[in-house]
Amino acid sequence: MIFFIALASFGLSIVFCIYRAVKGPSPFDRILSISSIGTIMALGIAVHGFAFNRPDFIDIALMYILLNFLGTIAILKFYKMKGNKKI
Amino acid sequence: MEYLIQYSSIFFLFLGCFFILSGSIGLIKLPDVFSRIHAAGLIDTLGTGFVILALIIYSGFSLVSLKLFLIPLFILFTSPISSHAISLFAYESGHKPKAKNKK
Repeated sequence: MIFFIALASFGLSIVFCIYRAVKGPSPFDRILSISSIGTIMALGIAVHGFAFNRPDFIDIALMYILLNFLGTIAILKFYKMKGNKKI
Repeated sequence: MEYLIQYSSIFFLFLGCFFILSGSIGLIKLPDVFSRIHAAGLIDTLGTGFVILALIIYSGFSLVSLKLFLIPLFILFTSPISSHAISLFAYESGHKPKAKNKK
């Protein structure tokens, strides 16, 4: 029961992050909020594994965190290649 | 002892949920890129740490708790690198931090 309340709280905070990702004035706000969504999603996967008595989901959470970091760095390198003008 | 494990796990889980919610509200309310990075760092350190600590206390000492311990260890290495790269590229592309009392 406790885990479902925690999952609802994670969903509410993901909604707040999606609001910033849609409305954000600069692309760096969008990258930052997408990275935060990835971290909260990994925590949600781990808590979901404990809520349904299957703790094997932790491997997926570990993989998710590493891919989240690689995606953030890759998008930042893409913006670096476009030059230093104001975006 | 059973009740101590159960109630401490519930307490740390609620503390982690509180920090994640406050970090995401700060991601909406703060005015600048460089101050929103501070709010995202709150999610990455305190929220993750307390939620994973609650799950470790709940699961006991086994292989599952070792795998759970690896998650904040990876976040401890990757979160400062990504936030430093975001702030460096934002500063190089022309964003300046908003200071309130500017001389």
